[in-house]
Amino acid sequence: MNTMAITSMERVLKTLGHQEPDRVPMFLMLTMHGAKELGLSIREYFSKPEHVIEGQLRLGQKYQNDCIVPFFYGPLEIEAFGGEVIWADDGPPNSGEPFIRSIEQINHLKMPDARSSKVLQKVYKATEGLNKEVGNKIPIIGVVMSPFSLPVMQMGFDKYLEIMFFRPDLFKRLMEVNQEFCVNFANRQLEAGATAICYFDPVSSTTIIPRETYLKTGFLIAQQTISRIKGPTATHFASGRIMDIVDDIAKTGTAAVGTSTSEDIGMMKVACKGKLTVIGNMNGIDMRNWDRTKTVHIVKDIIRKAAPGGGFILSDNHGEIPFQVSEETLMTISETVQTYGHYPIQLSDG
Amino acid sequence: MHDIQALVQDLERALLSLNRNEAIKIIHQASTQSSPIEAACEVVTEALDHIGAGWEEGRYSLSQVYISGLICEEAVDAVLPREAPERKDQPKMAIGVFADYHLLGKRIIYSSLRAAGFELTDLGSGLNTEDVVKMVHKQQISVLLLSTLMLPSALKIKELTRQLKDMPVKVVVGGAPFRFDENLWKEVGAYATGKTPKEALEIVNNLTGGKV
Ligand code: B12
Repeated sequence: MNTMAITSMERVLKTLGHQEPDRVPMFLMLTMHGAKELGLSIREYFSKPEHVIEGQLRLGQKYQNDCIVPFFYGPLEIEAFGGEVIWADDGPPNSGEPFIRSIEQINHLKMPDARSSKVLQKVYKATEGLNKEVGNKIPIIGVVMSPFSLPVMQMGFDKYLEIMFFRPDLFKRLMEVNQEFCVNFANRQLEAGATAICYFDPVSSTTIIPRETYLKTGFLIAQQTISRIKGPTATHFASGRIMDIVDDIAKTGTAAVGTSTSEDIGMMKVACKGKLTVIGNMNGIDMRNWDRTKTVHIVKDIIRKAAPGGGFILSDNHGEIPFQVSEETLMTISETVQTYGHYPIQLSDG
Repeated sequence: MHDIQALVQDLERALLSLNRNEAIKIIHQASTQSSPIEAACEVVTEALDHIGAGWEEGRYSLSQVYISGLICEEAVDAVLPREAPERKDQPKMAIGVFADYHLLGKRIIYSSLRAAGFELTDLGSGLNTEDVVKMVHKQQISVLLLSTLMLPSALKIKELTRQLKDMPVKVVVGGAPFRFDENLWKEVGAYATGKTPKEALEIVNNLTGGKV
């Protein structure tokens, strides 16, 4: 655990207040790596909350991580709706055949009770267990899929775009169901001991929809949903672009944003200054190829551009580091933050 | 006679505002030119190219790329039915989603290539190495387009290209992992990769020597 005078929680809170803490906070968003720690398959690992508790504690300690992530996988919410999940040996499970096969089914869609849902109990138990262990020393980040992004897994991307643009009646109904589900899922995680909720909303990024559409859809839904979540939130776009909607995102009530490697982190910091804490933006997919020199170079470069002034958390750009990324690379990231991440930042160009 | 460039601009505008009827009208207008198919395909391809390039540069979004492709595919199908002899005389081409179940990337590339006048077989999704090797052999596929969304799925293409090594087939890959790791296509032994429908079309044009 952290031996420094200040705890991860204090460090993160100070940075969220747009001030400089002792050093740059680091969120290594590790989920599947817990299975490696415990010598289990990914599927076995996620079958019990005890595994996730143990895995997260070990990972936190190993890398001096400034957060704990009791996140299982996105399609768990699909399981809660009765949908299927397809497992892989070397990556996150994916949602299977969409359970909304014809768009008219939306009219009869039943919302599972997120609080009592059997599959979601795993998340609540893991969160409770982790909270018992770390108390309020390390922030515990609960995760929800946004009501606006979940439909891709519920009905497939093509059908979803069709209702978003051409069937406002069905779109509205689906958003109502998903919103209720999301708010309950988030609030139950907060009750279980999550410090904050990460609201995953990649469909809102301008990679997927134009700003005009966002303002009429994802933006309003985020505003309404976040206002009903009884704790702080960060919004993640899973490496989708957001530069053109930064000011809008700030108006949804969220405190921080996950940013993409496709956008310049220095410019992003300027755009978010005083409004949103920037989380990012290491390229998780490319990270598999990084050697020590490249890792140190990238981490230093991001810190130099985005850390001064606080309001910045070093992390990957998707909110989940691929299973293929090695322990050595993760360790190098952590060491580089410990070495070069102390405030005031003293890194020069090049 | 309409000026082709003016039609391209009108079509692009209609597509970006998701004005389906207007877009179809413009494509029909283009097809009343001296060589209907060439004119329609040229206008469509250019408009879709601009939109796809705009996505890559971060100006347009994927929903615009997708819906534009669908509208154009429908309109081109009307002037150039599936069995039309004018469909490009081309080597056998197929597209599928490898190891994944996410259909949108494939759908976009499929629509755009068809809108440009190519014909290709849809192999579906969740494909594994064994299935694909059999399909390539049986259907004598010589251009195989594969889309993936998950990194592990992309990495599995390496074994597929190894098994296809001695067959006369060119494997073209695409999807998010290839956009975030520039060298991944080489690592998995693919012939080429593309980030947008425009790039997919360029690769296919080069491979088939096919200009309308
Ligand atoms: C929106 C999004 C989501 C949405 C919808 C995803 C979906 N389609 O199912 C939601 C919120 C549901 C989601 C969830 C998850 N996601 Co997600 N998501 C994204 C995001 C932002 C866009 C993905 C997308 O659908 N794009 C639309 C498609 C059409 O784009 P595309 O595949 O790039 O295709 C274009 C080109 O690449 C090209 N192309 C595509 N195919 C082909 C083929 C050929 C031959 C050619 C030439 C070109 C070509 O043409 C297309 C148009 O130009 C990406 C990050 C990003 N910036 O791209 C992550 C991303 C896809 N997600 C990722 C992951 C891991 C997940 C999860 C598994 C996370 C988890 N642990 O639960 C879940 C589960 C997904 C599931 N379906 O089960 C990773 C996958 C890579 C990896 N790390 O393994 C990505 C890449 C993020 C990242 N940077 O790591 N996600």
